[in-house]
Amino acid sequence: MKLTLRIWRQSGPTGALVTYPLDDLSPDMSFLEMLDVLNESLVVRGEEPVAFDHDCREGICGMCGLMINGVAHGPEKATTACQLHLRHFSDGDTITVEPWRAKPFPVLRDLVVDRSALDRIVESGGYISVPTGSAPDAHATPVPKESADAAFTSAACIGCGACVAACPNGSAMLFTAAKATHLGSLPQGQPERWSRAQDMVQTHDDLGFGGCTNAGECTPACPKGIPLTTIAQLNRDLLRSHLR
Amino acid sequence: MQTLRLYRSTVGKKAVMAVTGVGMLLFVVGHMIGNLSVFSGPAAIDGYARWLREIGVVWPLRFGLLLCVGLHMVAAVQLARRARKARPQGYEHGRRPQSYAARTMRWGGVIITLFVVYHLLDLTAGVANPHGVQGEVYNNLVADFQLWYVVLAYTVAVLALGLHIRHGAWSALQSLGVTAPRGIALVVAGVICAGYLSVPAAVVLGVVS
Ligand code: SF4
Ligand code: FES
Repeated sequence: MKLTLRIWRQSGPTGALVTYPLDDLSPDMSFLEMLDVLNESLVVRGEEPVAFDHDCREGICGMCGLMINGVAHGPEKATTACQLHLRHFSDGDTITVEPWRAKPFPVLRDLVVDRSALDRIVESGGYISVPTGSAPDAHATPVPKESADAAFTSAACIGCGACVAACPNGSAMLFTAAKATHLGSLPQGQPERWSRAQDMVQTHDDLGFGGCTNAGECTPACPKGIPLTTIAQLNRDLLRSHLR
Repeated sequence: MQTLRLYRSTVGKKAVMAVTGVGMLLFVVGHMIGNLSVFSGPAAIDGYARWLREIGVVWPLRFGLLLCVGLHMVAAVQLARRARKARPQGYEHGRRPQSYAARTMRWGGVIITLFVVYHLLDLTAGVANPHGVQGEVYNNLVADFQLWYVVLAYTVAVLALGLHIRHGAWSALQSLGVTAPRGIALVVAGVICAGYLSVPAAVVLGVVS
């Protein structure tokens, strides 16, 4: 199949969309394989290949963040860009590929942005205190089934940043809420529950992310379908932490 | 200190918007119920208005509402400015957000504010009313809705309010940490639109004259 790509190219402080016509593509290729093909041809022509982030290519690491036709990770629901296949496009389509856009995610090169801001949020509260040394008894802390399920739903977040990219406010609240709810749902996460909510929200705000206005654009963009209820949970924890 | 830290946070600002929003929503519901007394004739609605003044709720209500509007708007503007700063460079390939109601919250709020100013000049101060006699609520509003452009402006404002509530009522719950189905907000918005629009509709159709 034939596709025309408009790709954001940037090596300095500014960039622009550059058009690349591609021929002879297989509908079974993944989106990233298509970029590999493009890069091979660019290298042969002596041009700079397109820089893009990727690692596992199986939808679990969260490295591959691409804005595809204005949609984070492209048109397929609950699918990362690496798991998106060309069969979801039509022959002859023109596809615009851009990096995530947010002040705390500076573009490093082409489609690669620096997402370490998300690590700063995790550092500020995404931990629990446990005694180290001898291994704890496996059943020392019973976890109710509902808590385990709630924690697991949130723990599915792979830190890709699509929620930030899709949010009209440039807010990272879905990510922050996923991390806070993951630990806050478990008995082991209770001691720091209240300071965690305060510190993670504070760090989120200090990093320059926008505030969540419940626009609801993040969950449909999230490859793991992290629900908006996690944000309600974080809001509840934060308010309670101040009213206690 | 704690309260200040909460207010400074983006979550705290949304909580302020939620609480003030709920306050204004309760007023809007009360106001609507009051409006519906027009269907019981001039004596009922004029008497209701007189009674509100006599029990002395008018001024406390006005101060409370002014406070709500002020806090709601300050937080909204601060969040909007934050949002703009959080994405200095937008996307080349734009995309319509999913929810029309959520997308129009900011401009919808401006439209509602402008309407409220006109509405106060019209039916509270009476200066923008074609009849404009203090205490004659019934005659004032019947005179108003004889004019097509007043009916149009009123309808647009009520629909803007409905849209605002459509997203806002659910959003307020979410901001306060209550998980609720979005349908609740739709029902509330629908009831409010129907209640408010029934009055001009009744005048236009000649049920109230
Ligand atoms: S919440 Fe979803 S979209 Fe956001 S970083 Fe986690 S996996 Fe990605
Ligand atoms: S490359 Fe790992 S999730 Fe896409």
